[in-house]
Amino acid sequence: MDALTLDGNAVAGLLQEVFAVEMTTAIGTCDACGATDAVGALHVFRGAGIVMRCPHCDNALVTIVKDGTRVWIGFAGVRSLQVTV
Amino acid sequence: MEVVDIVAQTPRVKTIAFDVTGWPGHRAGQHVDVRLTAEDGYQAQRSYSIASVPNGTRIELTVERLDDGEVSPYLTDELRPGDRIELRGPVGGYFVWEPSQGGPLLLVAGGSGVVPLMAMIRARDAAGSDVETRLLLSSRGWDDVIYRDELERLDGAGLRVVHTLTRSQPPDWTGYARRVDAEMLAEVSPSPAEKPRAYVCGPTPFVEAAAAALVQLGHEPESVKTERFGPTGG
Repeated sequence: MDALTLDGNAVAGLLQEVFAVEMTTAIGTCDACGATDAVGALHVFRGAGIVMRCPHCDNALVTIVKDGTRVWIGFAGVRSLQVTV
Repeated sequence: MEVVDIVAQTPRVKTIAFDVTGWPGHRAGQHVDVRLTAEDGYQAQRSYSIASVPNGTRIELTVERLDDGEVSPYLTDELRPGDRIELRGPVGGYFVWEPSQGGPLLLVAGGSGVVPLMAMIRARDAAGSDVETRLLLSSRGWDDVIYRDELERLDGAGLRVVHTLTRSQPPDWTGYARRVDAEMLAEVSPSPAEKPRAYVCGPTPFVEAAAAALVQLGHEPESVKTERFGPTGG
């Protein structure tokens, strides 16, 4: 396991900033293996941007890149996201 | 937010208290994001667990100094009472526990991973809860045990604190002296049949090993919540 691995809890603040709701309890479904997990349980790799990966099959679920004024979010690997409103 | 107090917990760990008048409250296990901005505009942001229970005017963070960290050496070495830094939160809803959720509770921490778990223990104590709680805390040596005196004081009345010291032990030490493993977890944990709520926090390899061992022992994966930190958390 890479020492740079964190989990979804580490990006709770960034996600809340973007979505304006608590996101670590949102349930994501991986488009590759179909596993469902709370966002807080996803693996997070932080480099130039953030990549959130499925803890079961390592599929890249979400990518986030931020500069001073904008955020780019890709959901390429997510089949669905269940958010409590 | 203004720093009001700084207390050394161990040679590498300090507790920093902030005045947060008007604080909306938080749940045990939640974080704040600390954002530092350099004169040239460069920003570094890190997430730190809140160690204290909500009291309306003050929160405490307990920060371990990571030698190659971007943020923690500033927080532990440079910050003084009266300084102001940017805090945002509380955030997070996954790795949280409230006394109303009940137990039994199994808390497993590596080093400063004890911080959010201490918030849970303090919330349990503040609520007068008698939820059966076990804390297994892995530290390098006796002098590296964070919150050592407070944990000794709270031990008992349904809370059992078990230490393992991985690198050095006092001469008369009779406790565990190795890394957390499945055998140790089996001895310390409530049985899977009691359906404990497990919270595991520490460096990534520690969390991976402890969470895998708990599932191997028969605990439901959904009941084992994890929070990892690593060098990028510093």
